[in-house]
Parts: sequence; C-alpha cells; structure tokens
Amino acid sequence: MKFVAEYRNPDRVRELAVEIARQATRRWVIMEICGGQTHAIMRHGLDQLLPENIELVHGPGCPVCVTPIELVDKAIRIASTQNVIFTSYGDMLRVPGSKEDLFSVRASGGDVRVVYSPLDAIAIARQNPAKEVVFFAIGFETTAPANAMALLQAWELGLNNFSMLVSQVRVPPAIHSILSHPENRVQGFLAAGHVCTVMGYWEYHPLAQKFKVPIVVTGFEPVDILNGILHCVSMLEKGQYQVANAYARTVSERGNVAAQEVIRRVFQESDRNWRGIGVIKNSGWSIKPEFAAYNAEARFEVGDIQSHDSEICIAGEILLGNKKPHQCAAFGVLCTPQNPLGATMVSSEGACAAYYQYRARTTGDPHG
Amino acid sequence: MDEPLNNPADWSCPLPIKQRDKVVIGHGSGGKMTHDLIRELFWKYLGNETISSGNDAAVIKDLAAVPANACLVISTDSHVVSPLFFPGGDIGRLAVCGTVNDLAMMGAQPRWLTAGFILEEGLELEILERILASMQKAAQEAGIKIIAGDTKVVQKGKGDGLYINTAGVGYALEGVDVSGDNAQPGDLVILSGEVGNHGIAVLSARGELGFEATVQSDVAPLNHLVSLLLSQCQGIHVMRDPTRGGLATALKEIANQSNACIMIEETKIPVMPAVASACELLGFDPLYVANEGKLIAIVHPEDGQKALEIMRSHPAAPNAQIIGEVKSEPARTVLLNTAIGTTRIVDMLSGELIPRIC
Repeated sequence: MKFVAEYRNPDRVRELAVEIARQATRRWVIMEICGGQTHAIMRHGLDQLLPENIELVHGPGCPVCVTPIELVDKAIRIASTQNVIFTSYGDMLRVPGSKEDLFSVRASGGDVRVVYSPLDAIAIARQNPAKEVVFFAIGFETTAPANAMALLQAWELGLNNFSMLVSQVRVPPAIHSILSHPENRVQGFLAAGHVCTVMGYWEYHPLAQKFKVPIVVTGFEPVDILNGILHCVSMLEKGQYQVANAYARTVSERGNVAAQEVIRRVFQESDRNWRGIGVIKNSGWSIKPEFAAYNAEARFEVGDIQSHDSEICIAGEILLGNKKPHQCAAFGVLCTPQNPLGATMVSSEGACAAYYQYRARTTGDPHG
Repeated sequence: MDEPLNNPADWSCPLPIKQRDKVVIGHGSGGKMTHDLIRELFWKYLGNETISSGNDAAVIKDLAAVPANACLVISTDSHVVSPLFFPGGDIGRLAVCGTVNDLAMMGAQPRWLTAGFILEEGLELEILERILASMQKAAQEAGIKIIAGDTKVVQKGKGDGLYINTAGVGYALEGVDVSGDNAQPGDLVILSGEVGNHGIAVLSARGELGFEATVQSDVAPLNHLVSLLLSQCQGIHVMRDPTRGGLATALKEIANQSNACIMIEETKIPVMPAVASACELLGFDPLYVANEGKLIAIVHPEDGQKALEIMRSHPAAPNAQIIGEVKSEPARTVLLNTAIGTTRIVDMLSGELIPRIC
C-alpha cells in the first residue's frame, strides 16, 4: 500500500534499530505520549528491536482512557433519558462507568448510536427534530476541530435539539504534569504526530527548556517510531533538549492554523479531570459561554454526579509511565477487555488492552 | 335527501386485497395468506417434491445414497446481516453458504437444508423474491436440497427486514477425522485466499463509512473444494472457515481446542489492496475482519504441498497460501511473525470491531 509500505520497510526498520543500539551508550527512559503509538509499538513488536537500555513507557494519550468516570456516568444518565438519541464514537460504549456502560444502556432500550464523525450526529439531529440529540465529544487536540465544527454547524443551522457532552483534553499540560511528578522517570518524549498536525509544536519548546528534556514529534508507522526514538536517543546522548520534528511530512511548527482558529472560536481552556490521574490545570477545553446552549452538562442537569474509579485499577500509574500493565495484580485476571476495570483495558489505544492483545499475560514477553 | 347516492355501478365491496407488494401481518397467520405466500413465492424458488408435499416435516427417503458407516453431521446457523444486499451477495446466499460451510468444515458432504424465515411486516415481496432466487442459486451451486421451511411475520420495527435460520444435514465418510482439536505439532497451516473481503463489503454497503469500497464479499459454498481435498489428501487434520472474528479468532479457537501453538507469518497472509486500505483508514486489523468463502486447513506436513496445489487448482481458492505451522509450545497461543521480524501474540476479538477515534 503506497504511503504505508515505505514506512514499514523491514530493511529500513533494521537499519534504524541498529543505529539506535549504536548510539545508546546509557540507560534511557522514553515515553510515547500517544496511545496510537503504543498500539503500533505492540502490534509491530518494535520494543523487541530496541537494545535493553532503551525503555519505552506508555503515556496518557488515549482519549477514551483519560475521560473521567463521572463524565461516563453523566453520559449514561443522559443516554437513559426519555426522548434522547445519544451518539458517540464506538470506543466509548464499552468504557465502564461506576455501574454500567453505554452498551448496557442500549440493551435496556436507550437509543445509543455509534457515529464515525460528529457531523453524523448533526445529520441525526436534523432528521429527528422532536428528539434531543447529544454527541459525546471526547478526545485530544485531534478531535477538537471536528467537534468544534459540528457545534458551529448546529449553531448556523439553528438546531435547538443538539448538544455535546465535552471532554476535550490537551497534551502539553499532561507532559508538564508528568514531568512535575516527584517519581517521574521519563527522560525524553515522543510527541503525538496527529496532535501536532493540528496544533504544531510551538507549545512544546517551553516544556523542553523548563524540564531539560528532548521532545520529538513522531509518527505512527514502524519507521516513523524508530526514527523518533533515534532522534530522542541522539539528543539524550548529547545532553541536548530541543524539540525535533521527525514527522515533517505532515507536521509544521505552527500546525493547522485554520483548525486552531475553529477550536478557539468554540472552546476555552479549562481545568480537566483525567481518569486515574486527577485534575490537571488548564489541561482541556470547555464550551465557551456564548455557546452554552449546546452544552449537554447544563442542558440535562447532571452536575450532581460524582464518581470514583475502581480501587484496584492502577490505570493512573500506567498513564503516568510509573507502572506497566502486567505489573497490575488485576491485569488479565480480574480485568480483561470483556470485563474492564479501567478504560486503559477498553480502548484499542489503551496500554492495558495493547498488552493484553499482543503480549503474554504475566511477563510482557511475547514468548513467555 | 341532501346528497344524491352515487351510481350503484361505482359501489365496491370491501374484499381483501389479493395482490400485495409488501409483507403484512396476515402473511404470518398460518391461514390462507400464509399458504398463498408459501405456494406462490417460496415454492417458486425452493419447491421440490419434499418441501412441496405440504406435510409438517420432511421425510428423507434417499438414505440409500448415504454410504455405509458414514456418520451424520448436523449444524444450524442464524443470519441477521444488515443490509440484506451487499456487493457480492445477500442474506439468502449467506444463509445457504454459512450452513453448507459449517458442515463442510467437519469433513461432511452437505445434503439437506431447512430454512426458517422471520419476516418483518412491510418487507417488500420483490426483495423477498430476489433473496429466495439467490438461495435457490446458492443451493444449486452447493448441490444441497432445501427440504423444509418455516415462515413467521413480526410487527414492523421488531425485525430488520428479514432473518433467516438454516439448519443442514450432511454425512462424513468413514475414516474422515477432521476436527478443531486435531492440530498436531509440525502440521502446516493453509489459508484458501485473501482475508477481510466480506466484512469490508458489508460495512461499505451500510453506507456508514463515508467512503465506498469496491470490495466484493467472498460468500461462497466451500463443500466442493473440501470434497476434492479430502478425496485426494490423507492428512487433513483441521478445517475451519474464519467467519465472524476473522482469521485471528478462528486460529485462536483451533490453538485452544488442540492445546497447541499456531505460528503464522504476516507476509504470507493474502489481503487485497482495497481491503488493506479500508482497514488502515478504519483502524481495523484484517486478521479480525469476517470472511464467508475462505477456509483454513491444517495439514500433515507431508501433504501440505499437495493440499496447496489442489486448493490453487480449484476456483474457490486460486490464491491459497501456506501461512504458518503448528508447534507444541506455548500451548493455546497464536503467534505472528511480523514483516519486520518481530513476534506478537494474536488473540481473539473482544466484543465488536469498532473504528478508532483518531
């Protein structure tokens, strides 16, 4: 497949792996931020190609995983309300709330629909003027422009039966939070290529300077990921801490300015609660007051819902890079994709699901 | 009298409408409307001396055709695909091939089929007719006789147009021992062709993807291919059609049943470029996408090459490939050697195949 095959070229992959091993003289801990990268690393077994002194830890860049449990509970309450069509990306339907998930709501007769784009939710709202249509707008900077566009379209169309339950989060505050953690082990970052396609990487320079860590904008194919690791190792070995772009075929310094403009028009920065991690200051976006009519949280009076995560689940530790999935006592035993205790076991981008799918249950070793 | 009566010549008697173009509740009453529907539509395509006898059950008289010491093999399968028509097939073809293939995977020669229809009120009879014609054609292709049937009608909104259950009976000749628990260390794993076509064809026919794929479903009966294989090859240990859950799930089932390890090579697994592209866009792994006309054969190593040649000579499997082999350890595991020389576990599909968010 053109535009993919060249980035999975086995010879190129081997060359990069050899070069990483040649350059890495010390032990380095590198975090890939994005769950899509974690999934690719597991699917292609890329960590098996790295020397032992390079440790990859898996970051919080899984939108489904970090959506807080009380928001899932709010989604469940709204979806259970009479006369509501609740629309969501498919992944969110399996995420456990305190008691049940959105699939259970559907099984109990709720009208819960999987959509592939927020614009599908707008179309459903236009087709069903007598129903309240709610879209579960979750995600990082990647989903924000499309979600913002959907809201603007609803506003331009004068739709009064459409609203969004929003949990938009941002990567740079999460990196700040990880690096500020007293037990932080991460020495270098692979920034998420898709996020940077939208936002650029101008926001990352102050982080690299403040915490003295190299940050490399990295793609998602085997050659991209190893290339990102090589850049990162190279800077670590030289004691450099800049932001490098190893995904230049789609990412520029300023990013997609038009998309950022749309985000700014609809959303404002706000504190966000990250599932398993806690509240991170200014780490997300909320709907601006002038668009409050489209805010499902206000429209459905779900502000009273407060929820707590499973006490067994260590997803927070995993999302911060402090623990690996197989180091959790519940992993593969009490917690499986069929019966997940935390969202990291649900999403295809979640680290626990990636380990469960591609690795042995106990050691993390594919042969073990 | 304020208003004059109409001309009596224009008066009409409220007789039931004889000709309808849609299924109505009365079609499921068991009364005259049901009988008319069965005679005029179902028998037109599926009628034969057994099914058209009008009795409560089918009597199979040609048992003499079943060889001595053969054993009977029975399977049932319900079909609820939406939409009813998709590129390369429809629910009728699927309902026949699904059960035919389940029997064939046990080394059986499928002979007789029953079909139960659950029709939703409002289904257009023209659609039903096209599906019945498709079942007739698929049954002819497979060489199987439809010997009993049933029709029920549910209210509008209680069904998805049409559901079909088929049950099949066939026989396996003496000495045929094909079973999911039969994979032996050293056996070769042969796949009969490209994976993922059916799943992508159905998804694109749903119109939910925002793009159209030019992929045709592979839905087809595999019993002739299986008969040929079994007649010319001794060492067929396991056969399975990788339907829902795809190749990965079928291999994992076999590894579990046989308490063995199945090691496959990513580069050997054939995937059509259009399927590979659709999967890339949606975040699917083609190993988990459904097939309806492919089989996995696990074969004694001495017979592997011969089995491969037989498959490639048959129109149902021109692109067959040896994709891996069976090992003893680690038991109950499927391992995949990737194109870049690493190894990973292949597990069953958990839940529904869901497109990724970003």
